[in-house]
Amino acid sequence: MKIHEYQGKQVFAKYGVPVPKGYPAFTVDEAEAAAKRLTSETGNQLVVVKAQIHAGGRGKGGGVKVAKGGAAEARQLAEKILGMQLVTHQTGPEGTKVRRLYIEQGLEMVQELYLGAVVDRDKRRIAFMASTEGGMEIEKVAEESPEKILTVHVDPVNGLMPYQARELAFGLGLMKYGKETIAKFVRLISNLYRCVVEEDCSLVEINPLAVLKNGDVIALDAKINFDDNAEFRHKVWAELQDRDEEDPVELEAKEAGLNYVSLDGNVGCLVNGAGLAMATMDIIKHAGEKHGVAPANFLDVGGGATQEQVTKAFSMILKSPKVKAIFVNIFGGIMKCDVIANGVVAAAKELGLKVPLVVRLEGTNVELGRKILNESGLAIQAASTMADGAQKIVDAVTKGAGK
Amino acid sequence: MSILVGKDTKLIVQGITGGAGSFHAKQMIEYGTNVVGGVTPTRGGEKFEGKVPVFDTVKQAVSATGANATVIFVPPPGAADAILEALDANIELVICITEGIPVVDMLGVRRVLEAAQAEARANGKSIPRLVGPNCPGVITPGECKIGIMPGHIHKKGNIGVVSRSGTLTYEAVGQLTALGIGQSTCVGIGGDPVNGMDFVDVLELFQNDPDTHGVIMIGEIGGGAEERGAEYIKAKMTKPVAAFIAGTTAPPGKRMGHAGAIISGGQGTAAAKIAALEAAGAKVAPTPSDMASTLKSMMS
Repeated sequence: MKIHEYQGKQVFAKYGVPVPKGYPAFTVDEAEAAAKRLTSETGNQLVVVKAQIHAGGRGKGGGVKVAKGGAAEARQLAEKILGMQLVTHQTGPEGTKVRRLYIEQGLEMVQELYLGAVVDRDKRRIAFMASTEGGMEIEKVAEESPEKILTVHVDPVNGLMPYQARELAFGLGLMKYGKETIAKFVRLISNLYRCVVEEDCSLVEINPLAVLKNGDVIALDAKINFDDNAEFRHKVWAELQDRDEEDPVELEAKEAGLNYVSLDGNVGCLVNGAGLAMATMDIIKHAGEKHGVAPANFLDVGGGATQEQVTKAFSMILKSPKVKAIFVNIFGGIMKCDVIANGVVAAAKELGLKVPLVVRLEGTNVELGRKILNESGLAIQAASTMADGAQKIVDAVTKGAGK
Repeated sequence: MSILVGKDTKLIVQGITGGAGSFHAKQMIEYGTNVVGGVTPTRGGEKFEGKVPVFDTVKQAVSATGANATVIFVPPPGAADAILEALDANIELVICITEGIPVVDMLGVRRVLEAAQAEARANGKSIPRLVGPNCPGVITPGECKIGIMPGHIHKKGNIGVVSRSGTLTYEAVGQLTALGIGQSTCVGIGGDPVNGMDFVDVLELFQNDPDTHGVIMIGEIGGGAEERGAEYIKAKMTKPVAAFIAGTTAPPGKRMGHAGAIISGGQGTAAAKIAALEAAGAKVAPTPSDMASTLKSMMS
């Protein structure tokens, strides 16, 4: 789960990771008021107006602007940014609508750094990475000059040790700002480690982490992703979620307890199990690539789905306008084929089945499942294997297009 | 012969009185698995299904039954605790079915597991193993089924199967059985980013098992476990390995069902994994429908 920069900074502040003063704003009036409040608090007319969307690269896309003339100028900038379709390298060409702003005090920095923490899957440790190449895309730095990224791995028993933080601090050359800056950096990164563990972050990035004239180090940006598996112990996440940033269909699926990802193709897929669901997408593309046939979604109904969940899943596929055919691929283990069959029939009877449906059933209660489908009166093509099913799907879509 | 589980496996079920635990405990007993006990804190002294003794702690269960394997059906908030309790009781094989354990919890589990393994190696004792979490379990057909896989699709034989995905394992097993090819042992290592046994660990056991003649390895996007498996295949495997990698069509940055199935920062793509496996001498099935036939073509 992703959150906005201003929410990330509120989390940072809770752990003692220094952040600039700032206030979120949902309207132009709120933005102006926030800027007024900031300038009177700081005695400085410099404020930054920052678009709050989940994608990175906001500055390059024109979503971050500096006002030197205080509240009035901040208001003008807010008018421009709020409501714009912000296009960045992470949003896709259509961009994302800006619905929230963050108004922040402007600070003069002397150096931009990068600091990030991720779970290193191969080492099974949390890794902290730091670089002098702040403000750049870290993927690019990793590719072009990997020696500029310093990494330490944290032992979960001891936590991030001060010597590791010092290694990064000296490696970044922070000694040139004096030993106070080294101490401040060590404190910041130790606090950040506590934040990562206690808040169940799967990723934290501060890009840039700024060194100020007075030698302070401060997080000018905040990117936090939470580990979805830990939702049960963080009730507050529900409030942090911005539903406008989520794909509405994926949100609907999540609330129904289904794993769903929207894709660009034209074949709706209903599958049990994540691996089989991915493999089903792959085989559709493999069989249909030359004919413009591709999966419209990833959908894993899981092992313990009820008939109601299957009905819900199938309804979501039926309602999608881009779907030209549907492939149901089930290998029943815990999931019983008759539960799937009943769910599919219930949804198809309620919403009507206007596109070809290919069903491949295997495993637990397969005979019962087939019987339910056969007796439903629905126009269903049975497939014997995944390959057979994928071919029937391709035939159905291409025949339909030729009409 | 087989790997990890067989006729001598004495199993306890952690979470035996819960919904999933009780359902699958019954299924495992029905299959012929020697379920010697169960653990549910505060329910010690009860009998599951009128015959299997329930204990309050894993240590009590082990000392009373001599169990050498455990399967965990404890829900996510208590699952890491359950794994650590099993390791502390010196059970050799810990299989965790639970899906949805926070990764921070698993980092702590890995730390304890690695320390226990190092100690066992230093003292010449048998090495404790964790399979999963978020996996279907392990089955040696005709002998012992530990987990949630449908037993009836399996057939006793000489092919090892190792996989990060549950249903895709069933798919491979179904294809093998349909061709009349049996399996020695099938191991689901699970779909989480931080887990216990890796492809390398399982491949090594298959390579050293005289009754395993070939292997199907099923990977998916995310992480580097397949690449490490490929290195092992290249360096040590003399037995044929057919592979399939799910997620060729998966978009980057999206979690595809499994917590671990995500391409991040351009790392963990299906294309990179397929290339590594092919370079190592494994044969990668072009579609998920061809897993068994690909292996068969290498066996003759």
